[in-house]
Amino acid sequence: MMAKVQEGLFYTETHEWVRVEGRKAWIGVTDFAQHAMGDVVYVELPEVGRTVSKGDDFCVVESVKGANDVYAPLSGKVVEVNDALEDSPERVNEDAYGSWIAILELSDPSESAQLLTWEAYRTFVAETERKEG
Amino acid sequence: MNRLEPVSFDTSVPGRRGCVLPPLDVAEKAVASLLPGEMLRREPACLPELSEVDVVRHFTRLSQKNFAVDEGFYPLGSCTMKYNPKCNEDAARLPGFALAHPLQGAEFSQGALRLMYELTEMLTEITGMAGVSLQPAAGAHGELTGIMIIRAYHRHRGDEKRTKILIPDTAHGTNPASAALAGYDVVEVASDRRGNVDLDALREAMDDRVAGIMLTNPNTLGLFEETITDVADIVHGKGGLLYYDGANFNAILGKVRPGDMGFDVIHLNLHKSFSTPHGGGGPGSGPVGVGETLLPFLPVPLVRKCGDRYEFDEDRPLSVGKVRSFYGNFGVLVRAYAYILSMGAEGLREVAHNAVLNANYLMALLKERFLLPYDRTCKHEFVLSGKRQHDSGGVSTLDMAKALMDYGFHPPTIYFPLVVEEAMMIEPTETEGKETLDVFAKALCSIADEAEKNPEGVKTAPHSTFVARPDETAAARKPVLRWRREE
Repeated sequence: MMAKVQEGLFYTETHEWVRVEGRKAWIGVTDFAQHAMGDVVYVELPEVGRTVSKGDDFCVVESVKGANDVYAPLSGKVVEVNDALEDSPERVNEDAYGSWIAILELSDPSESAQLLTWEAYRTFVAETERKEG
Repeated sequence: MNRLEPVSFDTSVPGRRGCVLPPLDVAEKAVASLLPGEMLRREPACLPELSEVDVVRHFTRLSQKNFAVDEGFYPLGSCTMKYNPKCNEDAARLPGFALAHPLQGAEFSQGALRLMYELTEMLTEITGMAGVSLQPAAGAHGELTGIMIIRAYHRHRGDEKRTKILIPDTAHGTNPASAALAGYDVVEVASDRRGNVDLDALREAMDDRVAGIMLTNPNTLGLFEETITDVADIVHGKGGLLYYDGANFNAILGKVRPGDMGFDVIHLNLHKSFSTPHGGGGPGSGPVGVGETLLPFLPVPLVRKCGDRYEFDEDRPLSVGKVRSFYGNFGVLVRAYAYILSMGAEGLREVAHNAVLNANYLMALLKERFLLPYDRTCKHEFVLSGKRQHDSGGVSTLDMAKALMDYGFHPPTIYFPLVVEEAMMIEPTETEGKETLDVFAKALCSIADEAEKNPEGVKTAPHSTFVARPDETAAARKPVLRWRREE
C-alpha cells in the first residue's frame, strides 16, 4: 500500500512535510514516516524561541519501535508548537498531515526551493517502497 | 496460577493482622508527644491489612510469574544470561562481606579491601590493561566513566578541538547515549557486508576532531571484528582513542585481550561475563580498565597495597573523580571474585570455547530454516532474520518470539541489531547442554512450520501465559505508574 502524499505541501527525503505561507512554515512528519515508525507514543516538542538551521535535529517522535529524530527542513525560529500532541500523540498516526508539530518563522524563505515538491516526494516514496518490497 | 495477582491493597480486610502483640506493660504515650508536629501524618497511611499466610502466598505467587535462568533456557542475545553458580552466592553472604559497613573505615575492612585489590589485579590481567576501577555500577555507567576518562585525557593534553565520538551502526544503544551524556557529538560508522566496521567509512570519518571510537568486539552481530588492528591504527593515527564495550566479553575470555587488540579504555559487565545475577534492573557492576597513559584519570579512590595492608588511594589529582557513592556494588564484586577463583584461568578459557561452540551449533541447526544475513562463523551469539516467515505468511519475529514462551523458553532479543530486518539475536551461553539446544532449535523450527500452516495461531501466541499480549502502545501512551485507591 502506497503511503499518502498530500498535494501542495513540500517534503524532505527524511520524511518531513512543510506547508509554507509567506515567512511561516508548518512542519510535521509524513504518512510514510508515521507508518514506518508505528504507533506514536510521545512527541517531544521543540522549544518555542529556539533557532534551528536546515538539517538540525529538530525534535523527537517516540513510537513503540523507538525514538525517531525529526530534522528541521528549513532554517528559522520556532514560534509555536502543537501542544495538543502532548496529550494525544496518536494524532500523528491518525492524521499525519493534519498534525503539525511546530511553526517556524523562516530566516531564509528561499531555502524552500531546495525541498521536494509533492510530485517529487511521491516518486521518492514509491521508489523507497519498491526497494523495501 | 494463571490469573492476574491482585495488589495487596485490594485483598486487605479491616482488622486482619500478621501477628498479635502482647499488651503494653508501660504507659502508652501519644504519638504527638514523641514526634514533631510537621512529621505527623494528617491522614492514615491505609496500609493493607493481611495475615502472614496472605502475604507469603501473595509474594510467592508473584515470584512464580517471573521467568529466571534457574528455571529455563534464556537465550536473550547480548545479555549473557548464563547460569550463576550458587557458590558465588555463598561467598557474598559471608557475614564479613554482607554486613560490612562502608563507613567502618579501611582499618576494619582489610578483607574487603584485599578482595577489591585482588579482583582489580585479576581483571587487569584478564583484559590486558594497566589498571582497573571497580566503581561503576553497571555497563552503561562504565561507558560514561570511560568516555569521561577519554575527555579528561584530551583536555589534559590541551586538545580541546575533539568534539566527536565514532560509533558503528551495530552498537548497543547505550554507546551513543553515553557519548552524548559526556558531551560528545555522535558520528555513526557503517558496517561492511561481512559485518565488520567499514574501513573506508572509518577513514573518511576519522579526523583530528574525533576523540575516539566505541567498539564492541565481537560486535552485536556476534562477529569478531576481523580488522580490529587496522581500526586501531586508523584511529590512533589521528590521535583518537579506542573504547572497548565489554558486553560481549564472554566470547573472548582468556583467548584474546582488549589491551592486546589496541584498546585504550574498556568496561566489563561483571554481572554478565563473570556470572552474577542480573536482569530486572540490577545490581550490576561495570569496572573500567585503562592503558598506562590513562592511569592517572581513573576514578578515586583506588585500593592499593602497602606491605601487607590495604588502603584507599585518594590522592590522584588528574582523576575524573568519584563516579559512585562508596566503592561500587560490592556484593557483585564478591560474586565475580568467587567465580574467577573457582573457574581458574583454564576454566575461563573453557567458558569462551563453550559459549562459541554452543552458538555455532545452534546457528547450524537453524540456518536452513531461517534467513542468516551474515553467514560466517560466529562467536558467542548470532543474528537470524524472520524476514522469510514475515514475507510469506505475515508472521513477524515478534510473533515467533511470543510463541517460544509456549515452549517454556525465554524469547531471544528481537529487532536488534538495527542493521538486520526482523532480527532475532540468540545467545545460548556456555552453561547449556546439547540437549537444551536441540530442544530449543526444534521448538523454533516447529514455530516456523506453524507460521506456514497456521499463521493465525502464531500471531495470537502465547497461549499458555496469563496475559497473552499486553497493549504496549496504550501502556506507553497512558502509563499507569502507581496503584490508587478507587474513590
